[in-house]
Amino acid sequence: MKLHEYYSKRIFGEYGIPIPSGELAKTPQEAQKIAKKIGGAVVVKSQVLVGGRGKAGGIRVANTPREAFQHAEDILALTIKGLPVRMVLVDQAADIKKEIYLGITNDRSARKPVIMASAAGGVDIEEVAHKTPEKIIKCHIDPLMGLQSYQSRDLAAGIDLPRQHWRAFGKIALSLWQAYIGSDATLAEINPLVVTGEGELLAVDGKMVLDDNALFRHTDLEEFRDLDVEQEAEIQAREHDLSFIKLGGDIGCMVNGAGLAMTTMDIIKLFGGEPANFLDIGGGASAEKVAVALEIILSDPNVKAVLFNIFGGITRCDLVAKGILEALAKVKTNVPMVVRLVGTNAAEGRQLLKDADMETADTLAEAAKLAVAAAKG
Amino acid sequence: MSILVNRNTHLLVQGITGQEGLFHTEKMVSYGTKVVAGITPGKGGEWVLSGKIPVFDSVKIAKNATGANATVIFVPARFAADAIFEAADAGMDLIICITEGVPVADMMRVRNFLDQKGVRLIGPNCPGLLTPGEAKVGIIPGNIAIPGNIGVVSRSGTLTYEVLYALKNLGMGVSTCVGIGGDPINGTNFIDTLMMFQEDPETEKIVLIGEIGGTDEEQAAEYISNHVTKPVAAFIAGRTAPPGKRMGHAGAIVQGGTGLAEDKIKALENAGVKVAQHPEEIPELL
Repeated sequence: MKLHEYYSKRIFGEYGIPIPSGELAKTPQEAQKIAKKIGGAVVVKSQVLVGGRGKAGGIRVANTPREAFQHAEDILALTIKGLPVRMVLVDQAADIKKEIYLGITNDRSARKPVIMASAAGGVDIEEVAHKTPEKIIKCHIDPLMGLQSYQSRDLAAGIDLPRQHWRAFGKIALSLWQAYIGSDATLAEINPLVVTGEGELLAVDGKMVLDDNALFRHTDLEEFRDLDVEQEAEIQAREHDLSFIKLGGDIGCMVNGAGLAMTTMDIIKLFGGEPANFLDIGGGASAEKVAVALEIILSDPNVKAVLFNIFGGITRCDLVAKGILEALAKVKTNVPMVVRLVGTNAAEGRQLLKDADMETADTLAEAAKLAVAAAKG
Repeated sequence: MSILVNRNTHLLVQGITGQEGLFHTEKMVSYGTKVVAGITPGKGGEWVLSGKIPVFDSVKIAKNATGANATVIFVPARFAADAIFEAADAGMDLIICITEGVPVADMMRVRNFLDQKGVRLIGPNCPGLLTPGEAKVGIIPGNIAIPGNIGVVSRSGTLTYEVLYALKNLGMGVSTCVGIGGDPINGTNFIDTLMMFQEDPETEKIVLIGEIGGTDEEQAAEYISNHVTKPVAAFIAGRTAPPGKRMGHAGAIVQGGTGLAEDKIKALENAGVKVAQHPEEIPELL
């Protein structure tokens, strides 16, 4: 789950990282009030979960409260990369002398978190990593020991940070690590971490991504999930404990198991079709789950055919077939369906479906070809 | 021969009184796996499966009482890390964790702790192990594979069953099937398993089933070209998966240009592995 900038920085602040004073506004009036309270120049920042906000005109400096009103009004009317701007953060403008990058993420192949710093802050760090990887200093963190002080000194020295800032930098790095672990984050980054004219370090922008598997430890954060970045169908699927991702094609897929679901998409493409979705209905394939899943698939008007690919292992195929028929009795549709059942009692299952005039297939290849043909009409 | 589990496996089931634990214990026992005891804290002294299997409060007590040499974990995700730590501390040297949804921070602590202890973990978020005719540890349906000489290793569940079943239908048997799981941080990876299959005299051919996300398959490819002399066939799922999206498995995600199916396929092909276009092609590639 991605967190907005304002909330990421609020967490950073709670862990002792210096952040600009600022507040969230949902209307231009609120933005003006906040700017007045802060006094002096402010930055009005759109809160949407995409990169490139600045380029899209979603971040603007205002020198007066009146200007803050104007900018907020303009920004709140924007749609950035398909996402409507619903709120802006009004932050005190910082006197920026230097911009650096500091972030923590998990290094999958090292099986450890890694903390990274770069003197090239304020720009897209993935671009830096791609073009000039030597400008990023990395240090793995032992998950059993946590970040050590010498490691943040190594980072500070590695990015040529003047020595007078090492202590403040070390404190921020340690706080960022604590925020990372404390929130079960998979990404926590400050970009940029600025050195101000007064020689202070300040986290001007922040980003956090949390581990969805750990949200049970952070139930208070669930309400900050931004549903704008998700498709309606994906939200509905999550409520029913289904794993669903919408894609661009016209062949709906209903599969048990994530690996098999990806394989089903791949084979549709291999035989000239385009999958409309990824959907894993999980192990059992009960009638209720199949019905909900079918409704979600058919809510996409582009879907011209649906391919069921179910492996019956512990759940027998004849029971799965009954579940599919029950679900189809509940969900009325004219969209053609192709069903492939394989595994325990597959023959019995297929017979049940054939008796109900459904198109069935023995192999995955055959099922995919039938579905592709059905979608083409 | 086989790897990891066989008829000498004496198994504990952590979370045996839970719905999943009990259901699959019954399946494992009826397959012939020697399940010697279960663990549910607070339920020590009870018995399950009509008095056939005793329940203990802790892994340590259960191990001392039964001499068990492996444990399978069915506890909910929030308790999984604790269950693994407990098993490792009790001296179990083979731990299989079926549980899906374990927080990645927990798994990093677990993995780094186990590496120090030299304990083998399979999973989490995996279907477990099956040595056909000898032992089934986990949730792989027992009836979809027959004994033989093909070693199967996979990050997936039903996709693996699909391959096992296709092999069985052609009369091709399996030495051991290892489900290493779909999480980004797991206990055992492809290389560990390939090493065991290479050393196992009964395994003559190997099937590797990978998917998008991470670089485990690329590393496996390098290992194969240097160390594996047995023929390997592979399938990689997720060629059509969009980048940045987690495809069901926590570890199945293309991020920042890494984890692409094409890269994995290319690496495996360069290592001399025959890569199937779809899983039904695997038997003929062997």
